[in-house]
Amino acid sequence: MKILVCVKRVPAPGAKINVTADGSDVDAAHLGFTTSPHEECAVEGAVQLVEEHSGEVTVLTLGPGESEEQLRYAASVGAAHGVLVEVDGNGWDPQRTAAALTTAIEGIEAERGRFDLILFGNESADAGGFQVGVRVARALGRPMVQGIKGIEASGDGSGEGTITARREIDGGFEVYEIPRPAVLGVMEGLNLPRYPTMKGRLASKKIEIAKLAGHADEGGQSRITLHRPEEAVSETVILGTGAEAAAAVVDVLDELGVL
Amino acid sequence: MSDLPSAAFPTTAKVVVIGAGIVGNCVVGHLARLGWKDMVLIDKGPLPNPGGSTGHASNFIFPVDHNKEMALLGEQSANQYRDMNLSVDSGGIEVARTQDRMDELQRRMTSAKAWGIEAHLLTPAEVKELVPFVNEDVILGGFYCPTVSVVDSLETGTVMRKEAIETAGLQVFANTEVLDVVTDDTPRPNGRRKVTAVVTNKGTIETEHVVIACGVWSNRIAYMADTYIPLVPAVHQMADVGPMDILAETNNEIGYPIVRDMDTFCYERQSSGSMEVGSYGHRAILHHPDEIPSNEEAALSPTEMPFTPDDFDDQMETAIELMDMLGEAEIKYAINGLLSLTPDGMPCLGEIPDVENLWSAAAVWVKEGPGMGQVVAEWMTYGNPRVIDSHGADVARFYEQEKSDEHIWARAEESFIKTYGIVHPSEQWGDRRHLVEGPFRGRQEALGAEFFQARVWERPQWYNSNADLVERYGLSEREVEWDNRWWSPITVGEHLNLRENCGLIDLSAFQIYELEGPGAVEFADYLAVNKVDVPVGRSVYTPWLTPDGGFHSDLTMMRVGEETVRIVTGVFDGGRDEFWVRKHMPNDGSVTFRNLTMELSTLGLWGPHAPAVLAQLTDHDLSQVGSPYGSYLDATIAGVECKLFRISYVGDTGWEIYIPWDQATVVWDAILEAGKDHGIRATGGGVYSLSGRIEKGYRLVGAELESEYNPLEAGLARPKVKAANFIGREAYLAAREAGAEVQCVTLSVEDNTDSQGRKRYMQGGNEPILDMFGDRIIDSHGRASRVTTAGYAPSIGKVLLMGYVTNELAEPGTDLQVMYMNELYPCKVVGSGSAFDPEDTRLKS
Repeated sequence: MKILVCVKRVPAPGAKINVTADGSDVDAAHLGFTTSPHEECAVEGAVQLVEEHSGEVTVLTLGPGESEEQLRYAASVGAAHGVLVEVDGNGWDPQRTAAALTTAIEGIEAERGRFDLILFGNESADAGGFQVGVRVARALGRPMVQGIKGIEASGDGSGEGTITARREIDGGFEVYEIPRPAVLGVMEGLNLPRYPTMKGRLASKKIEIAKLAGHADEGGQSRITLHRPEEAVSETVILGTGAEAAAAVVDVLDELGVL
Repeated sequence: MSDLPSAAFPTTAKVVVIGAGIVGNCVVGHLARLGWKDMVLIDKGPLPNPGGSTGHASNFIFPVDHNKEMALLGEQSANQYRDMNLSVDSGGIEVARTQDRMDELQRRMTSAKAWGIEAHLLTPAEVKELVPFVNEDVILGGFYCPTVSVVDSLETGTVMRKEAIETAGLQVFANTEVLDVVTDDTPRPNGRRKVTAVVTNKGTIETEHVVIACGVWSNRIAYMADTYIPLVPAVHQMADVGPMDILAETNNEIGYPIVRDMDTFCYERQSSGSMEVGSYGHRAILHHPDEIPSNEEAALSPTEMPFTPDDFDDQMETAIELMDMLGEAEIKYAINGLLSLTPDGMPCLGEIPDVENLWSAAAVWVKEGPGMGQVVAEWMTYGNPRVIDSHGADVARFYEQEKSDEHIWARAEESFIKTYGIVHPSEQWGDRRHLVEGPFRGRQEALGAEFFQARVWERPQWYNSNADLVERYGLSEREVEWDNRWWSPITVGEHLNLRENCGLIDLSAFQIYELEGPGAVEFADYLAVNKVDVPVGRSVYTPWLTPDGGFHSDLTMMRVGEETVRIVTGVFDGGRDEFWVRKHMPNDGSVTFRNLTMELSTLGLWGPHAPAVLAQLTDHDLSQVGSPYGSYLDATIAGVECKLFRISYVGDTGWEIYIPWDQATVVWDAILEAGKDHGIRATGGGVYSLSGRIEKGYRLVGAELESEYNPLEAGLARPKVKAANFIGREAYLAAREAGAEVQCVTLSVEDNTDSQGRKRYMQGGNEPILDMFGDRIIDSHGRASRVTTAGYAPSIGKVLLMGYVTNELAEPGTDLQVMYMNELYPCKVVGSGSAFDPEDTRLKS
């Protein structure tokens, strides 16, 4: 089974993220970078499918040269190949990104054969456009479902056959059966991604990263400025410690009407 | 009382401690035990983990260190953690992959003996018995220390803080950022400012004392007071990998000994079901304090910076070599953890020289936190630390050149890889050399000088142009490379030539100060044990004591005028001694202070032919009448107005000649020319600092003379005590009353042949001096006998040692043993005086 996973290098979550003084970009001075969490699940899902059906996983990213770090991370947990579409600057909206990725995928497939399944994260952790996967699927003329938290492949997973994809809705699931080759946008909850092992990390250093130039016409969306909203400050009142605090806790619970 | 932040922000306090990591908490805890009240502790982060290095520390203590301060404060700290029941003795093993490291482990066995720490050398199979997942095929052996401990530094900090809250009413404010440290800049004769307040985002606190215990941020806080704490935040990478069944099955935070893989600069420490792999083997990754994220900007904590995996890959490979199971374990957590590095690898403790009552408690790791908190608290209370002499950690030790970012960074870059390195006691730095040097460099380089650096000063250790002396005196290299390292037989040749003819030694690194004014002599007397109020033209060799009566310094003071006193001290002590003078001098204008170091160059001319050489260049009466021992007189040498000081630190007659810096080369050239027919040689510091000194048994500050010992014990007490008051007088009188329990003696090594038949040469690195049963010699204060100086004595033909032994063992002829590289060598007490020319006949000639 040949699977492609598209990933994106994004600032590591969990910290206050500043924007540069001119508002043009995120201030990366103190930031660590990672792969979007949905995409970590996509990589894990792909690796699990390949473990089940045999085959190989390729990861593809569009971004600055440093994005190689995210490709190697994917390799450290089981991906076999990495492709970097290297681009500079910020002028890469979803439309343009999708166009460049489509060109890259067509090129890779021309050389190495068609992917049975292409996985995207449902949306990137930074821009959150929800578009790139859908646009690529449409451009490739393949069926696509977003919001996926379960994947199964029929047969040996390659060639003719179907992909069964599951997504959560209020009170239940929707189950899609779509013909291969297919495209899915997956979400956290699909699985619990493994951490790389030390040997995995060392092996990932040895895989070759193919580098492609990113070419595509500018999209219709452009960034004007980034703005950090005011943080909502929540007030904390310390009621006391130990047994002394009991009466105050009772008062609050009383006030909330839970007693 | 609770550990909660106090409600109202104070406007005044006796002391504000900035930083609530292990160090700040231990400082307030120890201050409370010493009776301090009205204290405020603040931190910019939340409690109990404000986000500094304590929060991500590996929390283990290997108690054996070659350095006395680090070893004893490590042990002191380990015991304080034990006393709080916040410590587990996991044991630890340093494994060797190379023969050099096996030799180093023998040296560590020696240091373990010196400090009384149980230790064993293990075969690879024995290592595997203790740590079954070690691959014994890649190691040659191990050094096992059962008392290696793992501590809970965060909880210890909390306990110490709570103790201070409960017993001393400490007020604690978390999430409080320091914006400024205010000083009173009114000019004072001593050139010092005084700290007055701390400005925070919650208000300003007027205060008498401020303690900077801010770990990696300490220099930034010091900048606010327009001063320095020379340290740089540096990355120490670590990764937590697991889980692994064999670890999980211990059901224990730490069930196996910690393994230090010394030759790959890596350690493996169990952390419940996982293994923490830590590295000091990657490139030095340094950060400016301003590059450290705030608590809000940090994904984990400010000092757990994003991991840079490329730097860690080599460490992973070597870790898997040692423990194959690590290869399949998942990397769950990995950080570029920040810790503090200083230009010389030692902490920064004590009062900051240019700001009164501003204290540094910085560049301290968890393993020394409680002990060093105690050091600072005692220093603030008594005027000196009591738990141990702390000259090596004294923040006053630095020269200006050592405080620049350029210097700190360069030294940290060079020293990081030495964290687990095998560092020779005489090892020289590669970078940042020739920062300060005498006026003779061109001449010395032409003579093939081998320069050694003393803090920032360059001094010739020997001259390769004297290589012919090796043949003349039938000398040879030493058999063992370690003993030969940073050494040359030329230095023995220079020594023998000085004894036979004479030598010229560059002493320009002497630190020279001048006190002047109507109060100068009285103040000088207040600093010194011995009487400085002597006739003009006379000098005084004298200890300076701490308030507790131990050695602070030991130096020479010269009465150069009715109201003028010069002070000459060694280059290693310049920073601390200048600070000591400034700290104690009166600010009423009766005394002024000047540093003359860069105005006066000094040459030493010694040897039996020294008078004949000098006589050609001066009309001054050079006899013991015209230039008596200890006199400091004007003389014209080769047409240059100099001061002629009849003294000797090498045991042969001669002079120190103090020359105006810009005319010093005239005198250098003239002396070497005049000495041509008298066998003169430019002679290096190897003779001055070591072989000449040890033959005479001359004591040195930082070696024999530390604050744990007093002049009685050092054999430097005079028959009577002067009437004038001086620092430490009361304690000194009490010590005289009590009598000495130990004596500083010279010992000769009677046979320095090792078990392989090789001649060995002790290096003076705290080798233990033992009785004939091989047991340590310890006095009632717990002070152990150890080698304070070791050196080959060319004129005696033996290795000599200096150190303190108890009175009953100090009798000349007493047989003792010394351990070197884990072997015992017989030695004999020579006595408390000179091993060479004990009657000083050569000085009087």
